[in-house]
Amino acid sequence: MMQHARFGLAWVRARAGWLVLALLAPSTAPMPARAEAPVVKLATLDYGLQARALAEGVYVVEGANDDFTPANGCNIINTGFITTGAGVLVINTGPSKRYGEQLRALIARTTAEPVVQVLHLNLHPDYFLGNQAFADVPRSATALTRAGMQREAKAYEDNLYRLCGDWMKGTESLLPTESIGPGPLRIGQREFELREYQGHTDSDLVLIDRSSGVAFVGGLVFASRIPTTPHAEPKAWLRALDALPMARMTQVVPSHGPVQAGVQGQQQTKAYMAWLDEHFTRWAQSGWEMNEVLRAPVPDTFRQWAGWPAEYTRNVAHLYPRYERAALPATKQP
Amino acid sequence: MDRRCLLIRAGAALAAPLCMRPAQAAADEFDGDPFKSYQWADLRKEFLGPKPQVVFDARVRVQGPAFAEDPMNVPITIATDLPGVQRMVVLVDRNPIRKVLELQPMAALPSVSFRFKLEQASPVRALALTADGVWHAGGTWVDSAGGGCTVAGGTRTDGSWSQTLGQVSARLYSAVPGATEAGARLRLRVMHPMDTGLVNGIPAFHLTRLSVRDAADRELLRLQTFEPVSENPVLSFEFAKPPLGALRIVGVDNNGNRIDSQVQ
Repeated sequence: MMQHARFGLAWVRARAGWLVLALLAPSTAPMPARAEAPVVKLATLDYGLQARALAEGVYVVEGANDDFTPANGCNIINTGFITTGAGVLVINTGPSKRYGEQLRALIARTTAEPVVQVLHLNLHPDYFLGNQAFADVPRSATALTRAGMQREAKAYEDNLYRLCGDWMKGTESLLPTESIGPGPLRIGQREFELREYQGHTDSDLVLIDRSSGVAFVGGLVFASRIPTTPHAEPKAWLRALDALPMARMTQVVPSHGPVQAGVQGQQQTKAYMAWLDEHFTRWAQSGWEMNEVLRAPVPDTFRQWAGWPAEYTRNVAHLYPRYERAALPATKQP
Repeated sequence: MDRRCLLIRAGAALAAPLCMRPAQAAADEFDGDPFKSYQWADLRKEFLGPKPQVVFDARVRVQGPAFAEDPMNVPITIATDLPGVQRMVVLVDRNPIRKVLELQPMAALPSVSFRFKLEQASPVRALALTADGVWHAGGTWVDSAGGGCTVAGGTRTDGSWSQTLGQVSARLYSAVPGATEAGARLRLRVMHPMDTGLVNGIPAFHLTRLSVRDAADRELLRLQTFEPVSENPVLSFEFAKPPLGALRIVGVDNNGNRIDSQVQ
């Protein structure tokens, strides 16, 4: 199960942030030079999606670095699209049918090339719930991701309807049509490299555009945001972060948090997951209760990231029970 | 209770204001309940007996998360410094099954940690009965997207529960957060599906009683558990001094299956 409702403080903060952004953001900036949360219009359910070119023909469409809330349209993901000369490759389709439609319209406004393929980097809902707008093109994901989407799709729909309300109207999951594995992928003049890892989920795909060096690293990197962990395995995630070929990436597009020119996001995620793994192990071995872990001191650096503290509460709920199990030995039948 | 009231109770009771009696409303329609819950009056009557003496008391501490990320496993810790606590009862106003557990601390401290299934956002209350016959009530509010009691657990869904039923893992710790130097904490997990009976076609099947005994076979504490306690319960108990020798955990479920295990 993915995220659950919380319309408390986080929601109020998110709304306040949105108001500030709405006041500061230039009203017409077709291609902003750096990341800004999109200006969302609640009345018309307009996500305010904008395409920002990271290299010739390589675009990122940035969401808010925040939690799912109706105020941000539940758009907290960075999606992307890349022209190839033989059509457009779309990377992830967003959290809703409406998002998918607005993304497809944005692509049509940005390039004359038709969409020829969709790629999903993992099984999480905002990676594929926009698929209804891409029903006419092949949609690829790894076999593990496809199986996971099939398993979880219904729960995702229910959950996001609860969290996001009207933004989700008409959304039904439309699953990928084909499996794709790691290795080279050639479309038109573009050569991509697909790499498969695990840790954030059972199958985390990374797409590197060979000519520009722009890398879509999916859920493996959370930049200035507390990582989400409903399907995470911290030790595998740390290994994946070490194995990422950062030197070959000119720009790193995480699914959540700002686009990075260097290793900052990767280092942040690594520091967080290492801290969590070490402390959850120690606390479970010392007999700590979950409520003590929820109230434990967490380094200030992490507390300043987006998603704090709600996402940490979720991290504890998802992961701490496994550390507890490892710490409790079997008893003897007398 | 009038008929209207019954109907509303039967229907999960979100809109319970109709339930209120006019006489109560004149004084304090919530009887001093800090959560201003319309379920409180009924809850008290049903679980604490006729005309109980109740005080809302901050010394009964209930810790939980602000929201239930996993409504099937909401972690709660209850504890109090009140002397002479005879029993502690945990009640959840808006759950379809509202009594979660009852602890008789005996030789243990009046404290227990557990996880439970939460059907919707609700006050979670702990009531501690002291020797003078007064119930001391504490509580916390847990927000939830809902659905905890009416969903089958993982081992029920994959069928693995029958292979692990009644297995216990446990460990005795010293030097836990907030404990005195001399104290000890017992953490244990019992494998049990803890079916609520509210999932289609799956009857209620849950642990009803657990006891912890010391090496001299003295009962140190007794816990009654009800349907809302989470699948494969993880529980913590506290002791002012480390108990004597190897601890034994014994118990039973509502189908008569026995738990009997010795902590290594």
